[in-house]
Formats: sequence, structure tokens, C-alpha cells
Amino acid sequence: MSESTNTIETFANREYKWGFVTDIESDAIPRGLNEGVIGLISAKKREPEWMLEWRLKAYRHWLTMTEPTWANIHYPPIDYQDIIYYAAPKSKKDGPKSLDEVDPELLRTYEKLGIPLQERAILAGVAVDAVFDSVSVATTFKAKLMDMGVIFGSFSEAVREHPDLVKQYLGSVVPSSDNFFAALNSAVFSDGSFCYVPKGVRCPMELSTYFRINAKDTGQFERTLIVADEGAFVSYLEGCTAPMRDTNQLHAAVVELVALDNAQIKYSTVQNWYPGDKDGKGGIYNFVTKRGACRGVNSKISWTQVETGSSITWKYPSCLLMGDNSVGEFYSVALANNYQQADTGTKMIHIGKNTTSTIVSKGISAGHGQNTYRGGVKILKSATGARNYSQCDSLLLGDKCGAHTFPYLEVRNTSSQVEHEASTSKIGEDQIFYCRQRGISTEDAVSMIVHGFCKEVFRELPMEFAVEAQKLLGVSLEGSVG
Amino acid sequence: MPLLEIKGLHATIGEREILKGIDLTVNAGEVHAIMGPNGSGKSTLAQVLAGRDLYAVTGGQVTYDGKDLLAMAPEDRAREGIFLAFQYPVEIPGVSNQYFLKAALNTQRKHRELPELDAMDFLDLIRGKIELMEMESSLLNRAVNAGFSGGEKKRNEIFQMAVLEPRLAILDETDSGLDIDALKLVAHGVNSLRGPERSMIVVTHYQRLLDYIVPDFVHVLAEGRIVKSGGKELALELERSGYAGLGIEDAEEAVGKV
Repeated sequence: MSESTNTIETFANREYKWGFVTDIESDAIPRGLNEGVIGLISAKKREPEWMLEWRLKAYRHWLTMTEPTWANIHYPPIDYQDIIYYAAPKSKKDGPKSLDEVDPELLRTYEKLGIPLQERAILAGVAVDAVFDSVSVATTFKAKLMDMGVIFGSFSEAVREHPDLVKQYLGSVVPSSDNFFAALNSAVFSDGSFCYVPKGVRCPMELSTYFRINAKDTGQFERTLIVADEGAFVSYLEGCTAPMRDTNQLHAAVVELVALDNAQIKYSTVQNWYPGDKDGKGGIYNFVTKRGACRGVNSKISWTQVETGSSITWKYPSCLLMGDNSVGEFYSVALANNYQQADTGTKMIHIGKNTTSTIVSKGISAGHGQNTYRGGVKILKSATGARNYSQCDSLLLGDKCGAHTFPYLEVRNTSSQVEHEASTSKIGEDQIFYCRQRGISTEDAVSMIVHGFCKEVFRELPMEFAVEAQKLLGVSLEGSVG
Repeated sequence: MPLLEIKGLHATIGEREILKGIDLTVNAGEVHAIMGPNGSGKSTLAQVLAGRDLYAVTGGQVTYDGKDLLAMAPEDRAREGIFLAFQYPVEIPGVSNQYFLKAALNTQRKHRELPELDAMDFLDLIRGKIELMEMESSLLNRAVNAGFSGGEKKRNEIFQMAVLEPRLAILDETDSGLDIDALKLVAHGVNSLRGPERSMIVVTHYQRLLDYIVPDFVHVLAEGRIVKSGGKELALELERSGYAGLGIEDAEEAVGKV
């Protein structure tokens, strides 16, 4: 095997740096799932009766459903009775009232992950909600945001403190019966973030949630709901990591976004769950339902995702373009190396007049990785003047990986325009040699090419996360950005 | 001490031996032309000197600036001042031409313990070279060679050479596929880079290029060996009587084009 191929593999096989375990006493419930367990979760969160009813309804529906098999992913059957559905770091009190009361061990964990929870620290322009296993352990800048009327904090707290808002919007974009994993999430969801930006308010800082799975054999079922009222703007980012373990762990999240008239939501993800080892052992099963509804006129929802982790990714952040002139965007970089499998893409449903959507998907496959783009563009009869542009590119590193593309287009209005472009390329020995002949090392050459391939997507990320994402792909920041 | 000294160089690709004992000495400031029919090993020699691992060196030595060239990685050869102008420049989608060249220049400067250039200094440095090669500035912002015409690619190679200022430039059939105007432009660029500290090896099939880049020495390669060496008049002799006049068979033409 030639040297360049070796270095491509080294590049693809970098070690997972976030794989440590925090030694903290955990309050977990017994394995398995039944109505009693759901009652226990609800009680631990001190939820009102209506929330428990909602969970039970979802659970009963879930029992009637079967796991979907249409995705291009392969894994042994999941034993849903062998999962722990709730785990929380044990604390003496009910929950920390302020950052000073957060267990120092947890603060150290987030410090180690590069997410300082002190408000004066590095990420001063970003408010962070830190979710550890099944609970939110801290939220920064809450008070400052509240001054502007922005509600940002843990989902559990929102259920207690803002029940009317939660009741109004929860399940309104992703109904609890939507799909197998969404129904499961609706029954057992633990924690996540809730955000409401009132009329006319431009949220003054980036909002962010950092999800960390720590406890063994647990699932994480986060629930996030973001509502931007008329004329509001919010940019939200999420990051995720987990310890290295040789058993698979399930992560089934639901994210709902609602944008009313003239509102904008920008949602960015850097997903770096533990991907399993180089032989495909361990790793997170990431089954996620993310959907945004552009309910109002001129509203806009933009999804940007950089998916580098998880052994399995099943995820299709989508937009329902209901309001006239509303805009949906999806920018994605998905990396599948070693034995990772990613089946990801988006759905853009055009309902309102003159709605537009843009899809830019970049799939990178390395090692034995299998990367699938699955995208649906649906233009309903009502969507006069709708436009869609999709671009879907695949990059292959090495010759044992695969890239697959499944675009679905359904157009029911003749005044609409739909464009789809796709390409597949491979980092070739000749490209590497050309770079080396100019003095650039193989590793830098691969970084440069991968970065060049992804730059349209990185450009969409907020600055702090663009840096993180580039580091994740082993690419230096100094680059052809801009 | 010569800049480059090749002794008894043998190289194979797969099972096939292509270079069968090359001897060549290049002193600082000299321009050597390597001529020969298709399949004689000209391009192989250029690629082996640059360190392409497609080829296995099975015998001989190459000393460059007193160092064992064959022990060096391709990027180290480049950083030590060896530049190969590719016969088929490679496309690198997504990486801007300008960014690529700046990265290359800075790794070479770093190697030579010179400060790296920032974007502004780099632009100052390349301005004159852009004019020299009559490069359209849009080519700098486009991805490396992506969608360039044949002539643009070759011009881009010489532009890179002008920026990187190598000590030994190897031009691999830089004239192939160029019309006469493009050829003149490329030759003008190359000539302006000639100097007492810079040596060149010009690989070509045709004498035509040597009307514009006049070599100090001409070597004729056939079946993996240098069969004749001389001054610039040797190229003219070849032009008159062809390779057949020297009793050389064109390997590819003999068996029919592959």
C-alpha cells in the first residue's frame, strides 16, 4: 500500500478525545420500559398531570409501532427493555439554583470538553444549557436573557414554569405519533432545552446546548423546542459528546422549531457522539427527528449540521414551509469513517406561495464508512412559484467506503422550479502527489481538500462552532474560507 | 559540485523496467533538454526525480546539492527547491488556486527558516508574476486547475514556478497541447526565470519548444538510456533527420498507438 493511502487512513482514524468518563454518583432507575417507568420519570421531574398523560398516550401508540427498516443502515436489533431510561448525577438538593451550586465535578467535566460554564469565561457571547445524561445541570446567562423577555433553559423547568407555552407548541411540529423513534422520545424524554423569543426581539447572543451522555447503558432522549414569535430572531447551536464504551448506546431526540410571521431561526449542530472504535465496536445509535415549521409569512428556518460522530446516524432535519415567501435551508457535512453509517438528509415541504428551499449536502466517506444522503422535496399544489435548489456532493477517501444518494422529488405545481445537482469525487493519489510536489505534506493536503469540499457548509456555522467543526475534521482554520 | 548528479539510475513500474541506467550531471545555471520518442522514459525520469511512488527505483544514485535525493520524501524535495511542472496538471476542486500556492510557498519558506507570508505580503509578491504570465486574476480565485483550459493549466504551472523560485525546475512536456502564442508566453516566463543559480531540465518530444527555450545541452533518451548528448545543435539535427535518423525507433509508434 502506498504511503499516501496510509496517511489518508491515519487521518480518518484519529482518536476520539472526548471519551473520558466522569466519576460521579448517578441516580438511575431500573432497566426497562413500562407505564410505571414513565410515571417514575414524570415524578422525578415533578411534572403536572397533563404532561404524564401526554407521555402515556405516546407510549401506548409506540407499542403499536414497529421500528423502521427503510434506511440504508444495518445494526443488530435493539432491546428496548435493556436500556436505562433515566440517569441523573446525584445532588443533595433538588437542583442547583445558581452556577455556584453546581457540583464542581460537573463543572470540571464541561471545562474539559471546552464548554466553560462560568459566565465570564471564553464563550462570553454564548448562553449555554448543559445537559448531562437525563438532566440539565446548568444554564448560563438566564437572567440577562430574561431581561429581554427571552426564555431559555431546561425543558423540564419550562414544563413547570411556562406550561401554557409548552402545551401550545409541544408536539405541534412533530406529533408524538410521527414515527417510531419520535413516539419513544415523547414517552420517555428526559431533558433538553426550551427557548421562546418574544415578538420583535433579536436574541442578543448565541444560545447553545451541550449534551453529554455519561452513565453506562442509558439512553438519552432529549427534547428541544424553540419558538420564535413574530419578527424574532434566534441562533441556536448544539454540541454533543459521550464516553468511549464498547456497548452501543441509544440517543433518540426530538427537536421542534416554530417560526411565526417574519421570524428567523438558525439551528446549528456539531454532532460528535462517540463513533465506536476502528473495528466498529461500540458507539452511539443516533436516531433523531428534527423538524421546523415556518408558520408565518416571510419566516425562515435554517439547519446547519456537521455530523462526525455516532456509529449510526438517522437524521433528517426538515422544514414545513407553510407561510407565503417562507424560506427553508439545510447545510450538512456528514462524515462516516471506520464502520460508521450515516443515513441523513432533509425534507422540504412547500405549502405556501413563493416558498424557497436550499439544500447543500456534503458527505465524506472513509475507511469502511457508508454515507447516504436521503432528501425529499415536495411541492404541493398550493405552493405557486415555489423554488428549490439541491446540491449533493460525496467525497471518498480510500476504496472500501461507500456513498449513496436517494433524492425524492414530488412536484404538484407547474409554476415551481426544482433543481438538483450531484457529484461524487475521490481524493486521488495524483492530487496528493501534486500537493506534495509543491511542498505540502500528505496530511495537510488531505485536510485542505476536505476543507475545500466542506467550506460552503462551514461558512454557515457561527464563528465559535466553525472553529470547532474544522478542528474536528483535522483542518486548520487558516483557509480558503471567504 | 554539480547541483544534480544521476548515476546508473534504474526504475520500474510494476514488472516493467523503464529507466535502464541513466547518467546525467546538471550544474547550477544550466539548462538541459531531454528529448526522445514516446515511451523512451522521459516523463518517468521527471517523475522519479520528483519522488512519485508509482515507480520503484531499482538501482543507481541521485545526489542533489550533496544530499541523497532518493532518500527524501517528495515534499522534502520540493522544499529543497525541486519543482516539477506537470505534463498533466492535477485538478483540486474546492481549494482556491491562490490559497494552494500560498500554502505551498509558506511550507517552503518555513523549511528554509524564512518568515511565513500573510495574505497581504503574498499578494504583493505575486502581483509581478501575474503580469509576467499574463494570468487572468479570476484564475487565482478559482479552484486549482479545475475547469482550466489546457493552455491555462500549463501557464498556471509556470506561474507557480515563478512564485516558488526553485533551484531545479523540471518541465515535463510543458509544450504539449499549446498553440504557438501560448507556447511563446510560457517560454517567455521560463526564460525570465533563467539565472546562474537556477538549473532546468526541459523534457520535450519536439524541437519546437527549444527554439524559444534555448538549452545549453541536449540529451536524447531511447529505451531508458541516454544514447546521445550534445549542444543545442543536436536538437536541430533531430529536427532534420528525426529520431529514425539516429537509428531510434519510436516505441509507441512501432507497436501502434496504445
